[in-house]
Amino acid sequence: MASAVFVLDLKGKVLISRNYRGDIPMSAAEKFMPLVLEAEEEQQAPTPCFTHEGINYLYIRHNNLYLLAITKKNSNATTILLFLHKLAEVFTEYFKELEEESIRDNFVIIYELLDEMMDFGYPQTTETKILQEYITQESHKLEIQVRPPMAVTNAVSWRSEGIKYRKNEVFLDVIESVNLLVNANGNVLRSEILGIIKMKCYLSGMPELRLGLNDKVMFESTGRSPSRGKAIEMEDVKFHQCVRLSRFENDRTISFIPPDGEFELMSYRLNTQVKPLIWVEAIVESYAGSRIEYMIKAKAQFKRRSTANNVEIYVPVPDDADTPKFRSSIGSVHYAPERSCLVWKIKQFQGGKEFLMRAHFGLPSVKNVDDPDKKPPIGVKFEIPYFTTSGIQVRYLKIVEKSGYQALPWVRYITQNGDYQLRLPESIKNNKMTPI
Amino acid sequence: MMNSDSSLSIKDSTYAVSTVVKSIMTDFRISRPNFFSTPKKGENYELRADLNSEYRDRRKDAIKKVIANMTVGKDVSGLFPDVLKNMQTDDLEQKKLVYLYLMNYAKTQPELVILAVNTFVKDTDDSNPLIRALAIRTMGCIRVEKIIDYLCEPLRKCLRDENPYVRKTAAICVAKLYDLSPNLAIDNGFVSTLQDMVSDANPMVVANAVTALAEINESSSTKDIFIINAPTLTKLLVALNECTEWGRIAILAALAEYKPADSKEAEHIVERVVPQFQHVNGSVVLSAIKVIMIYMRAIKNEEAIRQLVRKMAPPLVTLLASAPEVQYVALRNINIILQKRPEILANEMRVFFCKYNDPPYVKIEKLEIMIKLANERNIDQLLSELKEYASEVDVDFVRKSVRAIGQCAIKISEASERCVNVLLDLINTKVNYVVQEAIVVIKDIFRKYPHKYEGIIPTLCQNLDALDEPEAKASLIWIIGEYAERIENADELILTFLDTFHDENFQVQLQLVTASVKLFLKKPQSAQNIVQRSLQIATTECDNPDIRDRAYIYWRLLSTDPQAAKAVVLSDKPPISVQSNAISSSLLEELISNISTLASVYHKPPETFLGRGRFGADAVQRRAIEEQEEASRESPIQAQTKTNIENLLDLDFSDTNTVNSTTSSLPSSSKSITQPTANVDDLLDLFNDNTITSTQSSSNIQNNSVSNDLVNLF
Repeated sequence: MASAVFVLDLKGKVLISRNYRGDIPMSAAEKFMPLVLEAEEEQQAPTPCFTHEGINYLYIRHNNLYLLAITKKNSNATTILLFLHKLAEVFTEYFKELEEESIRDNFVIIYELLDEMMDFGYPQTTETKILQEYITQESHKLEIQVRPPMAVTNAVSWRSEGIKYRKNEVFLDVIESVNLLVNANGNVLRSEILGIIKMKCYLSGMPELRLGLNDKVMFESTGRSPSRGKAIEMEDVKFHQCVRLSRFENDRTISFIPPDGEFELMSYRLNTQVKPLIWVEAIVESYAGSRIEYMIKAKAQFKRRSTANNVEIYVPVPDDADTPKFRSSIGSVHYAPERSCLVWKIKQFQGGKEFLMRAHFGLPSVKNVDDPDKKPPIGVKFEIPYFTTSGIQVRYLKIVEKSGYQALPWVRYITQNGDYQLRLPESIKNNKMTPI
Repeated sequence: MMNSDSSLSIKDSTYAVSTVVKSIMTDFRISRPNFFSTPKKGENYELRADLNSEYRDRRKDAIKKVIANMTVGKDVSGLFPDVLKNMQTDDLEQKKLVYLYLMNYAKTQPELVILAVNTFVKDTDDSNPLIRALAIRTMGCIRVEKIIDYLCEPLRKCLRDENPYVRKTAAICVAKLYDLSPNLAIDNGFVSTLQDMVSDANPMVVANAVTALAEINESSSTKDIFIINAPTLTKLLVALNECTEWGRIAILAALAEYKPADSKEAEHIVERVVPQFQHVNGSVVLSAIKVIMIYMRAIKNEEAIRQLVRKMAPPLVTLLASAPEVQYVALRNINIILQKRPEILANEMRVFFCKYNDPPYVKIEKLEIMIKLANERNIDQLLSELKEYASEVDVDFVRKSVRAIGQCAIKISEASERCVNVLLDLINTKVNYVVQEAIVVIKDIFRKYPHKYEGIIPTLCQNLDALDEPEAKASLIWIIGEYAERIENADELILTFLDTFHDENFQVQLQLVTASVKLFLKKPQSAQNIVQRSLQIATTECDNPDIRDRAYIYWRLLSTDPQAAKAVVLSDKPPISVQSNAISSSLLEELISNISTLASVYHKPPETFLGRGRFGADAVQRRAIEEQEEASRESPIQAQTKTNIENLLDLDFSDTNTVNSTTSSLPSSSKSITQPTANVDDLLDLFNDNTITSTQSSSNIQNNSVSNDLVNLF
């Protein structure tokens, strides 16, 4: 429960605000920035919620803005922070970009949204698609007055009635992001797959959908075995609010009435013991005061018939490195001084292949010793189409609507990098002068 | 936004007028996009003219300009009557803007607000449910006593509206009314209507009714407004599966307050709540976890508990994939949950490994949790992580990582040697703050494992010159005193410190006095000079009473009975232990009942930060009211606007005074804050606690060692 919500710029100036309960002086927002700065000065990382003189501040950062909520009660912190994120999301979907400029330009609609999304500090309707049905930028041009869409208060609060498509189609995207953390010795510390199933739904009426996956728990509970391939074991699953959770809990059936258009149906998480898909090894040799050299080996550890596209390997280099020289067996390398790293781009990286790259940088002869070296990890970006690491499969998608139309489901699989970090090994230090 | 149709509105004017207006309009069009243009002299005057314009679009633009001024913090309260005139309109956007203006300035113009009542009441009868809801929602937000009486009839109607959108808005409005005037809300039967609405067919209405009831119940003195009985329970459990994410949170919060009759009922409810773990909204998940954690107290079936604990782990881990701010709240809560049920994430330590780009506040919380999860099996992995973190650039995080290594050593005795080795590696990096932090924690390791790692003392002493922080210095001096017989040049080391006695921080001075006494008792021949000098300085040249008094005690002890002094000062001290229950058990239970709330984030009982007195909840509210009143006093144009009142609407003001007296009982008076009992419990816990807790602050060492010394004396 929030007493008031503010949008502030980075200096802490309030751009727009809404007072929901009138129980906290709105001037409390003026204290926000000084308090954050004070925490920073004391070398304590400012936390997303803090309390000061009986007022609790909860905030998130979005681009160059702070979204702040204040409350004087022992409110639900998770709810408030998630609401602020939701607010940022809705604003972004309304104005493309959420920043100072778009707030100034759209203050009327922002007030309307703030009024509709929260009442007396309690979140209400926060679905952009539904909000857009009755809060529009051109509302005054409408001849007929808008009414609250049925969906606002329906049990099906995410879909309006009377939707019509000439061609009924559903597109499913199964996207798996691989999170990886490898330590400097090359040991995998963590490897995790975060999968999402995205849906683009172009269906008429109020269709009932049922999605079948090769879910191990489901097969086990029904005593059946997968017809082909193996079943996968998801550690945790999260569903869009349209999915009936109790049915899933009972018999692992994923049944739902979908929202119209694009949405994220579900996400799942599993830990894997599989080899990291793109493996990167680095040997760093530094000659203090003169140069630093990198030898990077990249290996695609998946089946030969798959190919990773748009692979980008980010290798951190010292902030003061200069005069880069590169040599690589494939792709292109460039130096990105603004990010203090070199970027090795490989358009297509076939499974099972291995490539080498060498880089050479000059270092200034004098270095500030007091500056401790930052040690960011190597990062990798990639995309492998037609492939999932987990082996998840969509077995069927049943679509039933009372008008009895036939609808076509399409499925596409893709694996990509998530938080993919390999820590850089300690550089081999050569302090002696080497013969020229 | 400004469309070219604007000329339509002036079509029936005479040609001459319309050309004039047209030229104004074109001017206006150029400057119009910038509603936030800098203030000009007499801007309010111009705005007033526009607000009273005969042309719709012009009036609407003027309203937007007024709202724009309001947004940037300019006072436009003086335009109240002029804005008010634009309230009756078919243009929904304009209506919303006028309503918004009213909400903001009602407090500054309480006697003018009454003029809006007619339109409000009319709007609650509109054929469009959107307008009915908007009117009742806004009326509830106008916190002016005079308007409350006029609110009751429309509210009664809206609570029974055929449209669920209006009903759900009205439900919240009851809470607003109760906040302003509890008696009015109860006497009019609104609160009991709300209780009936829990059975509404529409889940969103149910959710808001529950939200409103919970809020009213909390602020009521009797706490008997919202009591869940068997039929309500069934309704809540049904609505839980149907309503929006935010509604589910409200219902779960209500379920958390319910006391199940027996273990069977608890199990039954828990079964219905567990599916919420799969909800995409992290707050729903955490609210469900809260319900389960509370209900587990009532469940007697061990197997059921084990199942629940198993099911709780994956959703907790998944919360770590949320936005960092939410992660932070989740981590603070996991910390509490782990203390209650350490088995939950016993095998999941890896998920708490810090990522390079985690924000600092997330890293530090992860660190805390890793220490909690550390055991013999995972300690090697954890140590190599901690060593990695100790080489990062964020000083605060590095220090905490070094401390974590020390805590592991104290927690897991089998691994203490490995921990010490890692600390030695870190000392060899010669990074100043790493070395200092390492020495502080090594002192604690010595206190836990006396005489086990004396071999590393020379390495520590080599770093003496690098120490500039009092805590690190004091720690090393304590080690020197404690192990004086093993350190050949102990007297030299102490002497160097004595030279700068006056410049040292007082905790270093205290340690110096104690260490020189220990040194003397262990090496009487070589250290006589030292002890004399240090006691001399401490008693004669030092004005800190603690240091003086301690020096006098030592002095007398030494001069009366050296043997007794030896027995007291050099006695064996009981080893310290890590207090794994950092939170006392009574507080822990309270925090579990508050999972996901601010209390669970601060790890403090709600009363401590909601507080009383100057910064208490009531005081904050009072300040809010004062701020608004001040604004009204400052409002410069108010006086002159009063003259406009009469010709606006024909309303009889004579009865408004009586309204005043009936509604003057403001809500804040009813919010009595129950005095926390938990604080007292904590204190008691403190006194019952006879194990010495290991805290890193070395000021505790002195207190502890002093008290131990004293204990041994008797």
